[in-house]
Amino acid sequence: MTTESAQYVAPDQNDPAVRKGQEDRLREVWKAPTGWFFRWTDVNNNRIGVWYTLTAFGFMLFAGVLALIMRTQLAVPNNDLVTANTFNQLFTLHGSMMMFLFAVPMFEAVSIILLPQLLGARDLPFPRLSGFGYWSFLIGGVFVSGSIFFDAAPDGGWFMYPPLTTRTDLSGLGADIWMLGLSFIEVSSVAAAVELIVGVLKCRPPGMRLNLMPLYAWYILVVAVMILFAFPPLIAGDVLFEMERLLNWPFFNAEKGGDPLLWQHLFWIFGHPEVYIVFLPSIALFAMLIPTFAQRHLLGYPWIVLAAVGTAFLSFGLWVHHMFTTGLPKISLAFFAAASEAVAIPTGVQIFVFIATLWAGNVKKSTPLLYASGSLAVFVIGGLTGVMVAVAPFDWQAHDTYFVVAHLHYVLIGGTLLPLFAGLYYYWPLVTGKKLSDRLGRIAFWIMFVGMNLTFFPMHLSGLLGMPRRVFTYPEELGIGGLNLASTIGSYMFALGVVIVCIDLALSPRRPKAPRNPWNAGTLEWLAHPDDEDWGIRSVPLIESRYPIWDQKNFVQKVDEGRFFLPDAEEMRRESIVTSVLDARPVQVIRLGTPSVKPMMTAVALAGVFILTTYHLYIWSAVSGVATLACVLWWLWTGTAEIPEKPTKHIGHGIEVPLYTSGPSAPGWWAMFITMMADATAFSGLVFGYFFFWTIHNDFPPSGVGLNGPGVFWPMVALALTLAGWAATVGAREVHRRGNVGAGRALLVVGIVATLASLFAGLAGPWSSGLDPELHVYPAIVWTLAIWTAVHAAIGVIMQAYTLARSLAGKMTPVYDADLRNITVYHHFLALTGIVTFCTIGLFPGVA
Amino acid sequence: MVGKVMMRKAIFLSVGACLPLLAACNQHQSTLAPFGEEADKVLSITIVLVIGAIILAGGLALLMRHAMRAPEGRLTHKGGMKLVLWLGGIGPSILLLGLLLYALPAMRPREVANNDLRIGVEGEQFWWRVRYAPPGGSVVETANELRLPVGRTVELLLRSPDVIHSFWVPGLAGKMDMIPGRTNRLVVRATKAGTYRGVCAEFCGLGHALMAFDVIAMEPAAFERWLAEQRKPAIVTASPGARAFASYGCSGCHSVRGVGPVAKIGPDLTHFGSRPTLAAGVLPMTHANIAGFVREPGKTKPGVRMPAFPQMSAAEADQIASYLQGLK
Repeated sequence: MTTESAQYVAPDQNDPAVRKGQEDRLREVWKAPTGWFFRWTDVNNNRIGVWYTLTAFGFMLFAGVLALIMRTQLAVPNNDLVTANTFNQLFTLHGSMMMFLFAVPMFEAVSIILLPQLLGARDLPFPRLSGFGYWSFLIGGVFVSGSIFFDAAPDGGWFMYPPLTTRTDLSGLGADIWMLGLSFIEVSSVAAAVELIVGVLKCRPPGMRLNLMPLYAWYILVVAVMILFAFPPLIAGDVLFEMERLLNWPFFNAEKGGDPLLWQHLFWIFGHPEVYIVFLPSIALFAMLIPTFAQRHLLGYPWIVLAAVGTAFLSFGLWVHHMFTTGLPKISLAFFAAASEAVAIPTGVQIFVFIATLWAGNVKKSTPLLYASGSLAVFVIGGLTGVMVAVAPFDWQAHDTYFVVAHLHYVLIGGTLLPLFAGLYYYWPLVTGKKLSDRLGRIAFWIMFVGMNLTFFPMHLSGLLGMPRRVFTYPEELGIGGLNLASTIGSYMFALGVVIVCIDLALSPRRPKAPRNPWNAGTLEWLAHPDDEDWGIRSVPLIESRYPIWDQKNFVQKVDEGRFFLPDAEEMRRESIVTSVLDARPVQVIRLGTPSVKPMMTAVALAGVFILTTYHLYIWSAVSGVATLACVLWWLWTGTAEIPEKPTKHIGHGIEVPLYTSGPSAPGWWAMFITMMADATAFSGLVFGYFFFWTIHNDFPPSGVGLNGPGVFWPMVALALTLAGWAATVGAREVHRRGNVGAGRALLVVGIVATLASLFAGLAGPWSSGLDPELHVYPAIVWTLAIWTAVHAAIGVIMQAYTLARSLAGKMTPVYDADLRNITVYHHFLALTGIVTFCTIGLFPGVA
Repeated sequence: MVGKVMMRKAIFLSVGACLPLLAACNQHQSTLAPFGEEADKVLSITIVLVIGAIILAGGLALLMRHAMRAPEGRLTHKGGMKLVLWLGGIGPSILLLGLLLYALPAMRPREVANNDLRIGVEGEQFWWRVRYAPPGGSVVETANELRLPVGRTVELLLRSPDVIHSFWVPGLAGKMDMIPGRTNRLVVRATKAGTYRGVCAEFCGLGHALMAFDVIAMEPAAFERWLAEQRKPAIVTASPGARAFASYGCSGCHSVRGVGPVAKIGPDLTHFGSRPTLAAGVLPMTHANIAGFVREPGKTKPGVRMPAFPQMSAAEADQIASYLQGLK
């Protein structure tokens, strides 16, 4: 801290003129860009969140229409409304879109809107990253869903089991569109998860210790962490999958030593947590609105937090229950059946927390509460059938039948869609300042509720009566025509309910303004200003309670009069407070990104890489890759780790905090760390692949021409060079921090040379021994590990060179060294990747 | 809230009443009408699970209704925590543990002896290759039809040469996947003679919905007689149908043992006429159906590997149909 504070005079918040001046400055700073194009360069969470939500909602409606076409086809036996080919595209796209383009992005979209408000922050820590995520999502989503208009949609089911989908003679472009289009979206989902985690951990208001956080923030943290660990195994699977499709590397081809089951493992290690990823946010919404309508604190806050964390843990241990019929050893079935049943326990705890809260409180009937209790009822039925299918012998019958279709729709409609409508009716006044119609809402609810049950309840029976999933037709003799007709009628009813909700939304702009905080809620987000200001919150409050609006005296007034922290934008910069992870002490004022075309351009360039690869336009795809890199560097160079004009800033109440931090107290460091956790998880998916193949083969590595391993020499050279590059980077950080800029630069140069050399040495192993990846799965997986590590080394070199350039350009000094600190985190993970890769491919064959 | 509870009750009551009726309307491809010991065991588990689920759902709905109506403060904080602990935590744990122990024995596969009948079944896009390997006898290959001796333990060896399929005879046992590169085992014992149906349960491509097969459970003596018949080569006399069959190159893919060369690509047709259905359980075995199918198989089965023969005249198709129907 400097001694500037001696001369500092705090503004007089009692003076209306002072407040007016502050408000004018805040308004000017947070003004949205205008113009037919530039309005889309906005990065403010209010706008990005709304675009994101509307886009995900649109994809949901589109996928719903696909389902209606399917139900129409299945209304009567032997129907020929659509062909088998179209039907396969319909169900594949319906499932894929609902999961990847609706359920997960919707959670992220809603969280982007709500999180800053829940935390009394002005925006998320990386607004431009939100913008990038949104544009990636939009482009990728349109690419994937639009494919059905060209009869080119993926048609292998949302689970895309190889070899049906990897054999290019059995599946066309659709499989590539699924893999590459959705991988692109997965990347943006992970980006959003990183931002949300950092937001929850670092951007809370002063005083909001972890145990005072609103429950929605807890769930965001839990779910985002789950995304971080669940999506990367799928991304690893996608990598192997596309290598097989495009390059003929036989990961899933049994004739060449591959195994289709590896994909199933990787897919369901993602796929099962995915169910909880889309369900927990709904519990989070309930945890916000149930206290409001019970008009009391939620009963059992620690219970529900522990239950959420427990669900998250357990959900990673159940994936095999999707594979009960693959012929796995019976003992593992028993284990996974037990784990699958166990996950019902934390879910039960969460549901009973709500029941107890309603019981203890004074329940105010309302439309959001109607949706919430209705969805709980639907979800409970889905949960109970879930316990049924967790019992392995029952699953052997129910698996891949309409029973499971019924089960999963009860879970997802009760656990995602209806809660979303509950949230819509609850939070609409927060976002738009208007209430939705209680009457239309109730009518829509009952139509949807009845329609939903009429659609899906009979499916339990059609399944038990022998109707398998993913059939475009069924014979009359099966005697399930009546049940299917009922399902079809129900689906149209459900659609009618959704249409009524849409009409209600469309009528909203004509309705009068609602009062502020119309439900009399107690949590921070309801501070939202009635006049819809973009600055988020007038002043950042000091939090002493879980329900500050209820419990803290004159809370709203004090916030509005700027009597808390950071009531001004003196330097005309977008700012928010960064606090410490556990106890929320203010540690920094962060300068946030402003509207910019860079995130959008980066998204377009990256989309080019994925989309052009789909069409095998490799050269253009490489050009796009270079463009992406250029955009990212431009974005980082001009917009991050900016050296502030003064070291510290007063935020009020005599507290003065730095404008720049580096290392573990800075959001950027956390973002790098968290991103690398996801990256390491994807890498461990590939390593899992290596050892998976080892366990299924007696001779691994096999012997023969083109199959001889990379030997020990080159991998060990590569390992030594990787470690040298790492040591040089860490050394550079240390000497640089102590003020020796010259030595720091010199060590960075050493690091660049060593890391670059490790890249070539790593590839030299498999290259020199002539490993042919098309021959057998062993060379293919060795090459994959080597290439993965080489690509990471290349990125490491770019980072070192970037940091060196920043230093030479005067944008990095021993005090302001965030760039160097952050790339060191990357190099820790690179060293770890190198150690695992080179020991696995170089040493493991010798000891195995 | 009342409406919801009432409605849910109504649904459950009507379902309870309907179950036996539904079971009655489809006896040949239903988990509710078992003809094998494995399926029977699962059905008793199913009944227990369904009753348990109905009780729990109903109880929870009543509790929820009560909670919404209770005046403020009726439940104290301490009482609420007890509720969460006992009903949310401990209660479900005990129930689930009991459920696990109850279902565990059913996870254990039946023992197989060396002299039990083994049948290899291969799922292929979009039909079934069936190989009987009786103890001490030679292998007999047929297609799209599985015959089982009642009361005998049979081990099914499930494989696939192309993509993942899943072998599912709802009345016999739970399903088991057929995965390229692996051999999965399913041990079954049929208990009731009759004609049933099995289907592919894992999505396997365009013709997935039309990949079924007949399952015929027979008394052991009848089964032995049938197997002996199947072992014999086809009895064929020269006919225009046989000539057309050869000239259109059908024998390049289909074996008719004793007549043409051994071909392994498509289904074995040696005793084709003795099977109850055509095109993998899709069409009844009639003359007209066979004649239509040999000319334009894709019309019945999208994605079928067999090529169409648009140049084949209706008369030739008729002759081939007669020939094939004669292969008893």
